[in-house]
Amino acid sequence: MAKVVVVTSGKGGVGKTTSTAALGAALAQSGERVVVVDFDVGLRNLDLIMGAERRVVFDLINVIQGDAKLTQALIRDKRLENLMLLPASQTRDKDALTGEGVARVIAELRESFDWVLCDSPAGIERGALLAMHHADIAVVVTNPEVSSVRDSDRIIGMLDSTTERAERGERIEKHLLLTRYDPARAQRGDMLSVEDVLEILSIPLLGIIPESQEVLRASNVGSPVTLNAPVSAPARAYSDAVRRLRGEIVEMTIPSDKIGLVARLFGRRVA
Amino acid sequence: MNGFLSFFRKRPTANLARERLQILLSHERASAGQEGLVNTLREEILAVIAKHIHVNRDQVQVKVERHGEASILEIDVTMPVHRMTLPT
Ligand SMILES: Nc1ncnc2c1ncn2[C@@H]1O[C@H](COP(=O)(O)OP(=O)(O)OP(=O)(O)O)[C@@H](O)[C@H]1O
Ligand SMILES: [Mg+2]
Repeated sequence: MAKVVVVTSGKGGVGKTTSTAALGAALAQSGERVVVVDFDVGLRNLDLIMGAERRVVFDLINVIQGDAKLTQALIRDKRLENLMLLPASQTRDKDALTGEGVARVIAELRESFDWVLCDSPAGIERGALLAMHHADIAVVVTNPEVSSVRDSDRIIGMLDSTTERAERGERIEKHLLLTRYDPARAQRGDMLSVEDVLEILSIPLLGIIPESQEVLRASNVGSPVTLNAPVSAPARAYSDAVRRLRGEIVEMTIPSDKIGLVARLFGRRVA
Repeated sequence: MNGFLSFFRKRPTANLARERLQILLSHERASAGQEGLVNTLREEILAVIAKHIHVNRDQVQVKVERHGEASILEIDVTMPVHRMTLPT
């Protein structure tokens, strides 16, 4: 049975697109058939983070409006054959995304994939609501910072009230993905700690992604961080998160780039 | 010595962030809950009215107004008299 996952946050710029790409690639690496869908109509970026920007021909809106078939719009990843991208359109017409159209596309994607990952736009408007509407699972991306936590709380409320599952009286699985975390600053008491955020939002923790320059480096070259720098701290954190998504029980750690460096040097010497 | 140093050290701020969030969110969750309650009330009141009268959704208005300590629930129904069917 296919699982539809929305990667959402309310607040902008907290790491939704980065996380969608990294989780999608890590899921595909573990053998699952994965499609990542960009719902950020007008501000598409997932294509760029995935390194597929020059291969976009048709997009989600073209499929919804019947100008292209789903198979024409899907872009296969160059590195992983079981990873696909459905890009967003650059149109400024937000009404192009219809509830009925989205329902049709998601239903069709469920047929051919194990995982459908939806990269939500920021905000609590139509686009964000449509991105979460068909989700079975929500990954709530949050930075350890007051405005991000507040917006996540708002999004959690909407997940529980406006989604298809909520309307059917079913529960939607919600997970917290804490990103851009800096353990040293939290230790000093200058940043909300993991415990603080968990206590406030009270949803289960999927993973802690440390702040790392590897994320920017990966975006520069257009490759999800889990593929571009697999032993880096954020990549290991995303891979652990994916194992948890697949139901494995994995000890919660905050990977550090320093350990990663040691492991890399060590690995090289052995080889 | 400790006191002298801490005079120069910036005080940790995460505790304050957590406390402010806890207070703010307890308010925001309560008002979101009330919004949900009003929506439920509107749907159920509409259903009851529809059993007896033909009304459009926009002819029934339900709102809650805060007046200090108390809240007032206002239900406003525009009834088309000629189409009213009497309850049996
Ligand atoms: N763990 C991290 N360490 C360092 N930088 C990060 C990390 N995660 C994300 N970033 C950076 O934060 C910025 C925003 O990330 P991203 O585009 O993924 O956010 P978003 O939530 O999708 O934004 P939007 O709401 O605009 O769609 C990017 O510059 C990205 O490189
Ligand atoms: Mg984004």
